[in-house]
Amino acid sequence: MEIGLHHYLVLSTILFAIGLMGVMRRKNLLMLFFATEILLNAVNISFAAISHYYGDLTGQMFAFFVIAIAASEVAVGLGLLIVWHKKHNNIDLDNMSTMRG
Amino acid sequence: MFEAIAFYLFAFLTIAMFYVAVTTSQALYALSALAAGMIFISAFFFILGADFLGAVQIVVYSGAVMALYAFGMMFFDTTREVKEKQGNKAIIIGLSTLAALMVVVIVAAPIVGNNIEALYPSVDATKNVQEVGMVLFTKYLVPFEVAAVMLLVAMIAGIVLAGKKMDLSVTLMNEAEIMMMKEEDKNKKAHS
Repeated sequence: MEIGLHHYLVLSTILFAIGLMGVMRRKNLLMLFFATEILLNAVNISFAAISHYYGDLTGQMFAFFVIAIAASEVAVGLGLLIVWHKKHNNIDLDNMSTMRG
Repeated sequence: MFEAIAFYLFAFLTIAMFYVAVTTSQALYALSALAAGMIFISAFFFILGADFLGAVQIVVYSGAVMALYAFGMMFFDTTREVKEKQGNKAIIIGLSTLAALMVVVIVAAPIVGNNIEALYPSVDATKNVQEVGMVLFTKYLVPFEVAAVMLLVAMIAGIVLAGKKMDLSVTLMNEAEIMMMKEEDKNKKAHS
């Protein structure tokens, strides 16, 4: 049985849906970061698969930049999270409504 | 044949790990499941012939990002159970619609995109790492440098946010103020 582009795209969609589920049901901000990582990884799989099946390296290049952005997002996000935790002693999303209009 | 076996095995493992990561109520389980899922994802990159991407996935995600989360979790109380959100109806409906729409688009995309031509076609004679190097340092040199600057900015931001007393600058203070700061520190330590 031949594994085609469709297989990888469907796998990527399933992983992306799992990530969206995580974004929907998590209350803890750290857990929300985990769900975001899953979303980025799902996209990376489809980039690599398309890059392979069209014989084009652009997809892999995009995947590299996505990884770089994910790494910097984690650094800044965790820093902000630590500052928030020092100040309020919790990281629940529902309490972060100071900017609500 | 082997490709199919490997694909289904790693697909099952990845989905199971990520499902555990988003459903468990223990932060440590979620962290370990996520790290395992990241490593399994690199297997897909190796199957697809993107060797360098697979190596970068292991080094950056399982090495750097997961270690950063592990260190970050030391600041938080991870022993307590994670409470779940009751759910905002609008967000759930919006995201579910987005997911459903995405399935349709993803299944339809290869049919529409049959006449796509490769912008930077891969050459069969060279290895993947060499190809990546050649494309990255010619066509994508400017984005590469911008990404490097962005990582530097993120690193400095992380240090400033997580470090202690980063809002004070010792070089801008005079001697008396520095001595006063030290005294305050000593008093605090003596009290605690």
